Amino acid sequence: MSNPGARDALEAAYRTEARRVLATLIRLLGGFDAAEEAMHEAFAAAARQWPEQGVPANPYAWLVSAGRFRTIDRWRREARLERALPELAAMAETTPEPAMPEDIQDDELRLIFTCCHPALAADARAALTLREVGGLTTEEIARAYLATAPAIAQRIVRAKAKIREDAIPYEVPSRAELPARTDSVLQVLYLIFNEGYAATEGPSLTRGDLSAEAVRLGRLVAELLDDPEALGLLALMLLHEARRATRTDAAGDVVLLEDQDRSLWDRDRIAEARGLIARAMSGGRIGAYTLQAAIAAVHAEARAWAETDWGRIVSLYDLLERAAPSPVSALNRAAAVAMRDGPEAGLAAIEAAMADGGLDAYHLAHAARADMLRRLGRTPEARAAYERALELARQPAEQRFLAARLDQLVKDQSSRLV
Amino acid sequence: MQYVCLIYFDPKTVFNGSAESNAVLGAVGPNNEAMRASGHMVSSEALTLPHEAITVRVRDGKVSTTDGPFMETREVLGGFVLIEARDLNEAVQVASAIPFAKLGSVEVRPVVDFSKPRPQL
Repeated sequence: MSNPGARDALEAAYRTEARRVLATLIRLLGGFDAAEEAMHEAFAAAARQWPEQGVPANPYAWLVSAGRFRTIDRWRREARLERALPELAAMAETTPEPAMPEDIQDDELRLIFTCCHPALAADARAALTLREVGGLTTEEIARAYLATAPAIAQRIVRAKAKIREDAIPYEVPSRAELPARTDSVLQVLYLIFNEGYAATEGPSLTRGDLSAEAVRLGRLVAELLDDPEALGLLALMLLHEARRATRTDAAGDVVLLEDQDRSLWDRDRIAEARGLIARAMSGGRIGAYTLQAAIAAVHAEARAWAETDWGRIVSLYDLLERAAPSPVSALNRAAAVAMRDGPEAGLAAIEAAMADGGLDAYHLAHAARADMLRRLGRTPEARAAYERALELARQPAEQRFLAARLDQLVKDQSSRLV
Repeated sequence: MQYVCLIYFDPKTVFNGSAESNAVLGAVGPNNEAMRASGHMVSSEALTLPHEAITVRVRDGKVSTTDGPFMETREVLGGFVLIEARDLNEAVQVASAIPFAKLGSVEVRPVVDFSKPRPQL
């Protein structure tokens, strides 16, 4: 190999440029399948040519132009020229795409809106966005959703067929459609972020690459769309990210919010998030993401756990319960009530949140209830609740945490008996 | 001449953890070595269980997929292609371009990743 750096450059280009190259090729070639094939051919061509000819100054532009050229060339050879003559002639004659960052961003934004189109099944939107925009493999998505790879693969195949058959346009929606379409996009991005922030399974509690991708896309959407909830979601993700390094210890075990080293929180991200929340709230309509971000900001601003403004957090949760009621936010509200008013009030609030059964399979609900029971000295009930939480937890780090709590409880109990 | 030896088994007999099945699984590696040493081995791959399979057909230019290995009863194994793909969807895309997908069906099944634990059935 005459250029030993070419292999590294190619791998780096695959990591950083592949999804953007794909987004542009979908626009240029008019479909997912053609674009994926073109991208594959472009990378194959790069693997042959970069070691010989050197790494191009702009890998994105090189790959887009190689992919487009090869595809149009192949179509021509396949004698499809006649059928698509006017279109093809136009494609072939266009000067190479200028690699302006805003053009690339526009292509990614188009791709996000297409992948999150409401005509697609809700589960297909997330899978498609994760694969086409986030660059995850089918198998990684299947693991994230606790589904089989063939089931996810089929979801993606059907979604792409739907896009083709319904001729879902590859564009940012019109102003009239924009709010509803944006909601769907934000939902999908938060799903991706959460998968990266608290991977449901697997050896590591956080998968920084996924969260970083969600933040990147969230930033893109917030910058290009004038939507308060896009700002709120970005703020929420940044506030979670600001605490990432302190969420687990060296052994990968969970560190609770109250025990985290607040001096390590990323103050720049927190400051950026505060600015975004202020902008989001200035619009009048305050949505669920903005409220969740505001709650996270109260935590981020407290210098110590004991200084947390629990009254403010409970009232923000009250607003959130009105904007977007959910069992999990009812549980979080109950935990804040426990902090403000003590374990007895907390237990009552947690049990009220769990009353309709929506949290039966949620390990953190059982863990929170166990914690109240422990603090109230109702040890046998606390033990049963910890055991239930442990049964339901899937993350090894969380399992270790709950097992340690259970151990401590048993030890405290036996030392009291002695 | 080259010959393909197709291996069929009931997964419950092979992965039930019995001494007999473990002995068989343990003998596969040494036998592969022996076939390689004697020059008979061209290549071999283990396949994951059928629930990881997806079957691809192309009819009227449209790709359809089904979970699992659901061949028509009249269909027989006619050949195989070992491909390298980024993920299962890319594999499906490659499989859908195999001309036989228009007449029959192409079952796509991952080869076994031996860094993962063996299934327990």
